[in-house]
Amino acid sequence: MDTLLAICVCMGSPISDARHRVCLEEVRLSYVKSLVCRECGSEYPVEPQHVCEFCFGPLEVSYDYDAIARVVTRESITKGPLSIWRYQPLLPVNETSVDMGTGFTPLVHAKNLGKMLGLNQLYIKNDSVNPSYSFKDRVVSVATNKALEFEFETLACASTGNLAGSVAAHGAKAGMKTMVFFPADLEKGKIIGAGIYGATLVAVDGTYDQVNRLCSELADNHRWAFVNINMRPYYSEGSKTLGYEVAEQLGWRAPDRCIVPAASGSLFTKIWKGFKEMSNLDLISKPYTKMHLAQPAGCSPIVEAFEMGSFHVKPVKPNTIAKSLAIGNPADGFYALKIVEETKGSCERVPEPEVVEGIKLLAETEGIFTETAGGVVISALRGLAKKGIIKPDEVTVAYVTGNGLKTQEAVESVVNPIYTTPDYQAFQTALAAR
Amino acid sequence: MAIINKKVKFTFPQDMIKQPVIYELAKKYKVITNIRRADVRDDMGWVVLELEGDEKEIERGLKWVTSTGVRIDPVIGDVVEG
Repeated sequence: MDTLLAICVCMGSPISDARHRVCLEEVRLSYVKSLVCRECGSEYPVEPQHVCEFCFGPLEVSYDYDAIARVVTRESITKGPLSIWRYQPLLPVNETSVDMGTGFTPLVHAKNLGKMLGLNQLYIKNDSVNPSYSFKDRVVSVATNKALEFEFETLACASTGNLAGSVAAHGAKAGMKTMVFFPADLEKGKIIGAGIYGATLVAVDGTYDQVNRLCSELADNHRWAFVNINMRPYYSEGSKTLGYEVAEQLGWRAPDRCIVPAASGSLFTKIWKGFKEMSNLDLISKPYTKMHLAQPAGCSPIVEAFEMGSFHVKPVKPNTIAKSLAIGNPADGFYALKIVEETKGSCERVPEPEVVEGIKLLAETEGIFTETAGGVVISALRGLAKKGIIKPDEVTVAYVTGNGLKTQEAVESVVNPIYTTPDYQAFQTALAAR
Repeated sequence: MAIINKKVKFTFPQDMIKQPVIYELAKKYKVITNIRRADVRDDMGWVVLELEGDEKEIERGLKWVTSTGVRIDPVIGDVVEG
């Protein structure tokens, strides 16, 4: 257990006063108990380990919730910083060495879009305004601080794009060497958005799944902190804050419905975990949120399993413009499907052309420019509203997890300026011809 | 000769479920196969296993497994959004 008996030098008295009071105080740095295998329950110490030695199942962080309950209250949270670190007792880090100001992003009451869709209580969780413009800053903030605790010198990742930028930015801030691996066909904006921070960029001629295979071999043979491989148990906990924040911003309650994009399904499961943890700590009442998962048609293995009435996800080869969701073998698919069943939610497949429609719809109604994953969410939301599944007064939250400036190629064809010579009459003619 | 251990997940498409791929892998190549977890159904199946043997022999064996239509993924506990 990560506790520390620390000598605390109280600095309340003047520097010149030689009688600085010295007090002994037990400082609890983290409430993590151990790592536990999600499959067989085997327990492991808090180390950079991610796979159960016995059954090879994924390891997850286990907390001392009784101790957390004694220190975490609504008041203690609201007194905290306006970032994910206001929830630090619920995150697996001892101290925050690197803080990019991630989190506490706007929860926008989307009145215009809501009016169009017949939803009075529609909210957009706009996570595209994080420091590197995606929700990945939440998970990478946690993983970077944990990597520093474990004394890694190199931060690395296998990325579909957003993670690359976030890891590169955090690596720069932490003074670590940074290696980012991504499929060579990644959007230009995401490659530049990572390279500018001084990271070593490795463009792999293959799919994300192949990039991931390469990185898992590298993680076995190099002492690098791959945030989404050997740091995964800690990394993924950062996503819970998207549940905490929404509940807090709604006035300490869980929404009636959530629409969440899915690649592996990890984010989806962690948002739900966030609501449940808050409820277990009596910060909110029991959540009855219906969780809706959204995937693009070009990579929708979880939706396919849902439609077949199965919990077993068949891998697919991704072919979608929503590259940040292009994971053909989603390991959290099973767990996501269990949550869909538990919450009586659904899985929504968005036809590829509707991805861009979703981006446009959100931009034109709410002034929020999201990337393709956000387009998937908004189109799924539109579908659910049209089918009457979402009732007009249900509190509904659509998660927008990345910024549109990163995937400009996807919307180039729908942006058509008026071209004119610098002449009044020419402009009038061009405008009329539009 | 470098002896290594490799953790992998085989995913079997429906038409391959009844094929003794793991048996043949061990027989054709000098690879020790050690199954840790599995789920086999009518329409698909997956097996998580550890392979032990010479690195090049494992590579050859996995190449053969891929040629049968069985998908191979590394066991990394989870694949999270990138």
